[in-house]
Amino acid sequence: MAEIRLQQLAHSYHANPAGPEDYALRRMEHVWEQGGAYALLGPSGCGKSTLLNIISGLLEPSEGQVLYDGKSVNGLTPQQRNIAQVFQFPVIYDTMTVHDNLAFPLRNQRQPAAKIAERVTEVAQTLEIEHLLHRKARNLTADEKQKVSMGRGLVRDDVAAILFDEPLTVIDPQLKWRLRRKLKQIHERFNITMVYVTHDQLEASTFADKIAVMYDGQIVQFGTPRELFENPAHTFVGYFIGSPGMNLLAVTPSAEGVLLAGIELPLAPATRQALAEWGAQRLMLGIRPEFVQLVAPGQARLRASVGLVQDLGTYRILDLQLKGAVDAPLIKARIEEDQAVPNGEVGVLFPERWTRFYADDVLVEMTEGGHP
Amino acid sequence: MKVHNNKAWWLVLPVVALVAFSAIVPMMTVVNYSVQDIFDPSTRYFVGTEWYREILRDERLHNALLRQFAYSFSVLAIEIPLGIIVALSMPRRGLGVPICLILLSLPLLIPWNVVGTIWQIIGRGDIGLYGRLLHDLGIDYNYASNPADAWVTVLIMDVWHWTSLVALLCYSGLRSIPDVYYQAARIDRASHWAVFRYIQLPKLKNVLLIAVMLRFMDSFMIYTEPFVLTGGGPGTTTTFLSQTLTQMAVGQFDLGRAAAFSLIYFLIILLVTWLFYTAMTHADDKG
Repeated sequence: MAEIRLQQLAHSYHANPAGPEDYALRRMEHVWEQGGAYALLGPSGCGKSTLLNIISGLLEPSEGQVLYDGKSVNGLTPQQRNIAQVFQFPVIYDTMTVHDNLAFPLRNQRQPAAKIAERVTEVAQTLEIEHLLHRKARNLTADEKQKVSMGRGLVRDDVAAILFDEPLTVIDPQLKWRLRRKLKQIHERFNITMVYVTHDQLEASTFADKIAVMYDGQIVQFGTPRELFENPAHTFVGYFIGSPGMNLLAVTPSAEGVLLAGIELPLAPATRQALAEWGAQRLMLGIRPEFVQLVAPGQARLRASVGLVQDLGTYRILDLQLKGAVDAPLIKARIEEDQAVPNGEVGVLFPERWTRFYADDVLVEMTEGGHP
Repeated sequence: MKVHNNKAWWLVLPVVALVAFSAIVPMMTVVNYSVQDIFDPSTRYFVGTEWYREILRDERLHNALLRQFAYSFSVLAIEIPLGIIVALSMPRRGLGVPICLILLSLPLLIPWNVVGTIWQIIGRGDIGLYGRLLHDLGIDYNYASNPADAWVTVLIMDVWHWTSLVALLCYSGLRSIPDVYYQAARIDRASHWAVFRYIQLPKLKNVLLIAVMLRFMDSFMIYTEPFVLTGGGPGTTTTFLSQTLTQMAVGQFDLGRAAAFSLIYFLIILLVTWLFYTAMTHADDKG
């Protein structure tokens, strides 16, 4: 069990990386604390698996250090790091029984037989595969194989951490949910650091206490699911978390505030000052569909015509075409099922408390209480 | 509504015709020969199972059969493990891969009688690469007069000629194992031996089955190389079944006896190959 620290870590698959685009992982600093349940969330190809393989030691980073409890483990093999990892697709030892598969990591460690029997039984119970223990692993279904694969990751109780690389991809949704609960219980019981890679925000937020969102080889935000939702630190987090994602609208600074589609939205002086200090090339306003307020057309500077309405059961998503300049953007708003769907034209309000500004994709930090 | 008729048989016809011409007709001809005593095309007598009874009691053939089994099993015992070792030690990526593949393919591309000739020269005590070397080391080596030397030379020649095939088959099998298996094994702290025993060997099973069967059948029918290298000698030390058969059929023109012999020969190969196949496919199918 260990705290895992990434120090000045970067990785490139090229021998001589020329520029940032050659890096699969951009230079990063990060800490996974001992005993945490973490998710590493991001789209395919953002470097999640690369990062995981560097932590486990399957891959040697081209720059920087990985520290376990403050000690560098660079150059150490996964064996020496004592880490467990579960892969996306089931990896089983065909010729062995399920029992022998689960016992394999312990036997390789030369654990006493009594301990092996105890651990194997415990893990098999947790994963509900006791009835399969004496079957040949080869003849199992994909679900069962993946459970065996996970079992091998969970069977050692002395590991520094357990890493999961999208382990539930091949599992059907019903079982997926149950297994995620199981993992969570195992985490609570044994207090082992777990890092769970996924591209599914729901999976990440149900498993993890804190989520690291990765984008383009970088961890762009590390926070609780609530923080990621309410305060995205990067336009990518705004877009990727939430369904649908945050409305991100290009704006330009003006005398009183910002111009959106030719219409001036006044801002508090502190906000205007903060934006001026950042001096961004590209400024964007971000607001979650959940926080967009709809009022009568006369009550707001921004007006929009209601387009497509998607009914998603307990809530609806509205497409709103803003009025103003010709290139005025389309935004999305969420209304609850008990709210009436407005017809024709509506007024649109962005509550200051939930409006964020992004300068070159990075959140413009406001001083305490100075949110626009 | 379904139409029931026998038109589908027409689809099978090409295969039936092909197999008939390539296998059934020639084989039935041999069966026909095997029950007759043939002097010339117009003088022949039906003799029933006489040839078979004679062949089963023929001391010379018993000895050839024993030599043949000893030879084939030596070939398998050396070439299969050696081929696996070669395949395991080949590079997995980079420039080494094509170089190794070409080097390994070379012996397979050489005509069999040329292989025999090459080893005839290599083994010569006066100018041959290995023959001269052994002489200079003080070993009295002569494949033409010493039975053991002849035997070993034929065996080494086969190993030189055919281990590549086993190695190439195994290499293709190894390449098809996804990297994630090796990664999982490292995570599970598996030793090199465990990786071989539990990942590589099970995944190689199918290609090994093919390799064992091919090498068994080929070596059991070996003819050209020992014929060129030793001519079956000294004495009958390296006279294997196919050479005995040729002597019988073409040398003595004893067609009936040779036909009976070749059918028994065929059945032995079929039986042993089936045994290998069954043993290897059912080895760990329980559970």
